[in-house]
Amino acid sequence: MKLPPFEYAAPATLAEAIALLAAGDGNAKALSGGQSFLPVLAFRLASPSLIVDLRKVPGLGRIDIDANGVRLGAKVRWRDIGDDERLRTAHPLLQAAIAHVAHYQIRNRGTVGGSLAHADPAAEMPGIAVACDAQLVLAGPKGTRTVPAAEFFTGALSTVLASDELITEVHLPAWPATRRWAFEEFALRRGDFALAGVAVHYDPDAEGRVTNAHIGVIGACTRPHRIAAAEAVLNGKRPDAAQILAAASAAAEAVDPPGDLHASADYRRALVATLLERALTRAAQ
Amino acid sequence: MSATLPTRFELNGRPVEVTVPARTTLADCLRHHLMQTGTHVGCEHGVCGACTVIVDGAAVRSCLMLAVQADGAKVTTVEGLSNDESLTPLQAEFRKHHALQCGFCTPGMLTTAHALLTEEPDADRERIREVLSGNVCRCTGYIAIVEAVYAARGAYGHNPKVAA
Repeated sequence: MKLPPFEYAAPATLAEAIALLAAGDGNAKALSGGQSFLPVLAFRLASPSLIVDLRKVPGLGRIDIDANGVRLGAKVRWRDIGDDERLRTAHPLLQAAIAHVAHYQIRNRGTVGGSLAHADPAAEMPGIAVACDAQLVLAGPKGTRTVPAAEFFTGALSTVLASDELITEVHLPAWPATRRWAFEEFALRRGDFALAGVAVHYDPDAEGRVTNAHIGVIGACTRPHRIAAAEAVLNGKRPDAAQILAAASAAAEAVDPPGDLHASADYRRALVATLLERALTRAAQ
Repeated sequence: MSATLPTRFELNGRPVEVTVPARTTLADCLRHHLMQTGTHVGCEHGVCGACTVIVDGAAVRSCLMLAVQADGAKVTTVEGLSNDESLTPLQAEFRKHHALQCGFCTPGMLTTAHALLTEEPDADRERIREVLSGNVCRCTGYIAIVEAVYAARGAYGHNPKVAA
């Protein structure tokens, strides 16, 4: 339906944007690409009195890559990630996951910061942030703070972001060249939200054993999280077929997926096992 | 801060200025304020692709953009694809391949395909299908649409000798 009425401001600086949000006293919301937020308004799930459009705020659209990893500005769009040749080696898992986000037109406007703030449990960017131990930089009236992605998401569409704070960037730690990885998700139609998805990466030791296993889940959860039980099955072991199956069944047991009209909880649980088996098999090849 | 805002942008090559409530989507601004009804509005929440327009060269859903966010931009709608009454090569291929029936989705299909082929004239059928997956058509079954877009590549600089 039509959007609810609101006032609108497009401040020219980050400080002004934060001041407007603070003055809004919980009734002001930031707008980035709008590809999640405008549908939220269209469904009347939110009716803010003021929208603070970040389109004129400079300096949030950069992708910086150095020895410390990848820094994505909050206004980096999905297509910017797909088009960036450097990321093919600097963070191939990020690029592979983001390739699943929505459709062509939405990828031209949807942003990293918007997706993180929206916190859909099935969204790829929050999942990658958690699976890769990312740090989120939040700017507020009292300055900036850095929050680990694992602590940022508190539930479906819920985060620790205060009403007067903005995400300015997300920092993904450096990606070793020898790292093994895979991303798998299942959606009913291409570009739809995933019923379940898994992101996997680990660093093999000299004997080919798994170290530093990271397994993250989206979709089959109320917020993206790592699956410690499945990681523990793999660490120190060779990722052979038996070990992969053991990790997959541990993951299925550990997740607590919601059921809805798109898929039951049991179905999502089974998907996690299947997707993780596929991902680990591909990562080990 | 205001609930009603003057907004200026370039629409199909000519400057326009409108004053609209902030909550007005670009799609509604085009249709109701600028009377350019070629852009169709289907789902109004970014799923169907019927309202696709081209903003600064990129295909976007005009129902997922506020009109005021287009301030200063160059906007192309289906009306702007052709300078006169004649069909563009892409439109001619749609006609030739029977790539439309009821026509509701067609403006979004044309703008999306135009943006794609402008950027990627060598797009193969798989890429065309992937891009058009964001546009819903309830009549055609898509095959004719994909074929029409594929056939139009030559008009956008596709070189059959270079690309496989």
